[in-house]
Amino acid sequence: MEILMALVVGGLYGTGVYLLLRPTPVKVIIGLAILTNAVNLLIFTAARLTRGHPPIVEETLGRPSYPIADPVPQALVLTAIVIAFGVLAFTLVLFRRAAETTEADNLDEMRTTDT
Amino acid sequence: MISLPALPILIPFGTASLCLISLKRPRLQRLAAVLGAVAHLICALALLTATCRQGYLVLQAGDWPAPFGISLVADLFSSLMITLAAITGTAITFYALAGIDSGRESFGFYPFLHLLLMGVCGCFLAGDLFNLYVWFEVMLMASFILLALGGERGQLEGGVKYVILNLVASAFFLTALGILYGLVGTLNMADIARHLQTAEQSGLVSALAMLFLVAFGIKAALFPLFSWLPASYHTPPVAVSAVFAGLLTKVGVYALVRAFTLLFIRDISFTHELILVLAAMTMLTGVLGAVCQDGFRRILSFHIISQVGYMIMGLGIFTPLALAGTVFYIVHHIIVKTNLFLVSGVAHKLRSTEDLNRLGGFLSTAPFLSILFLIPALSLAGLPPLSGFWAKFFLIWASFEEKRYLIGALGLLVGALTLISMTKIWLKAFWGTVPAAHPERHAHQKKLPPGKTALFYLPMISLALLTLTIGLWPGLLFELAQQAASQLLDPNRYIQAVLGVTL
Repeated sequence: MEILMALVVGGLYGTGVYLLLRPTPVKVIIGLAILTNAVNLLIFTAARLTRGHPPIVEETLGRPSYPIADPVPQALVLTAIVIAFGVLAFTLVLFRRAAETTEADNLDEMRTTDT
Repeated sequence: MISLPALPILIPFGTASLCLISLKRPRLQRLAAVLGAVAHLICALALLTATCRQGYLVLQAGDWPAPFGISLVADLFSSLMITLAAITGTAITFYALAGIDSGRESFGFYPFLHLLLMGVCGCFLAGDLFNLYVWFEVMLMASFILLALGGERGQLEGGVKYVILNLVASAFFLTALGILYGLVGTLNMADIARHLQTAEQSGLVSALAMLFLVAFGIKAALFPLFSWLPASYHTPPVAVSAVFAGLLTKVGVYALVRAFTLLFIRDISFTHELILVLAAMTMLTGVLGAVCQDGFRRILSFHIISQVGYMIMGLGIFTPLALAGTVFYIVHHIIVKTNLFLVSGVAHKLRSTEDLNRLGGFLSTAPFLSILFLIPALSLAGLPPLSGFWAKFFLIWASFEEKRYLIGALGLLVGALTLISMTKIWLKAFWGTVPAAHPERHAHQKKLPPGKTALFYLPMISLALLTLTIGLWPGLLFELAQQAASQLLDPNRYIQAVLGVTL
């Protein structure tokens, strides 16, 4: 399972980076979205995949003999998803406004502030 | 007081909320912003004195014990940074009262300024890596909005680059965080440090160190990751770019210092050597980039980059003196850089241009402004008896002490090149005559808005006085910096303070 996840994560990273390097604003935004999802999956995978185990153990039982699920990475991923969603929404609006103001649908043309 | 570490976060949050509530009533909003900024400054100073006395202040949120809950940790370095953030925030709030147009004001300049301060202070206090990430995002979101607020063409174009590169940095940070969690199973920085001290030094740890270096390096504008900075910092109103110039890259530097004094300290010959090389390149490219610029703020933006190089240089040398130099340099830099941007803002208000070729003659038309430029400019270039001299002196002394003559000599060279750029601004904007092509030749220049001149000048004068004070009496600050450095170099004390265990 980990190998499959690793391949998926790697593929998503590759796609995200490729799209980020495109000059079309829409592709860049999709690239950002894919990249953040790749990161979320990576956190999920790196923190060990468990299936069908409870995350909470009765205190009186002591350390259980079976593996337990770790709830922390899911909390991390959830937070990261929320943040990424907010940031992505902002980025969409910003890109739209930028495209309207500069009348360019190509990031390579937005270089009047470059040095 | 046990909750003192939370106040630098809570006060800007309260201020921002008050400003948002009173968004439709400009007077009330301004009053709330000013009072909030002053309260923030007072509590930052209280935190600084408390950490001076006790060393570490740790707040476990909700009383959850350390590795499980969220810890806020204030050591001397972070409370110094918070104090500086509060100083900058207060100066900018006062400046913005005069310098920000009513359109931006009614669309929430003050709330987002204070949310930005909240994010910055949160970064300085976070004792938990994921928490640090969240504060980074809070800070970034506020900075995105401040950068784009107003929606001018340059702002949007600069904003696009700023946003993309910072989001990529966040992705790097989160990647590193995920892998680190998989490796050590904890997110509390003290706990991670404890685990990494005993874990075997595998390639994975080095790879992680590099991931963090890239993530924080983008935010700190290190070579070769700085391209977003000169593309965006000169586009927003001056009050915004001054607070960005003073604080944002320094948050990246802070994170670098924290990560490479606490977490990744076992393979110094690799990580810190690399940091030293990056520092050299950053100093040099920044200052050379500035030489060929003609915009007031563009020159200053490039100088931010070269100054970040100095700060990182102290981290790379990694001796007590060098780290003290880094702390000293950050303090000096934040004050001076903010001040220079504010001066450029007044120059812009007077002549409606930033192009040095179209400025000139300020020495005769605005002599006081010229003095206010000269003090931070010479300080930036490192002339005695100003704060920049001591900052550079400590760093270069530390490099010579470690027999790292190359980087020390480079530091001296970059200092001289900085002086050239500052002289260029001085020659073109302040000396000489008012350009003939200037439409306001007869009227000399516009007047500042009536009744607001004091608000423009008050922050600049205060910051200039701070530079002078540090320059004339560097002992006190240097002692603080040395204490901060000795705390940084002794991770065990940090671990002990946060986790409450002895190693």
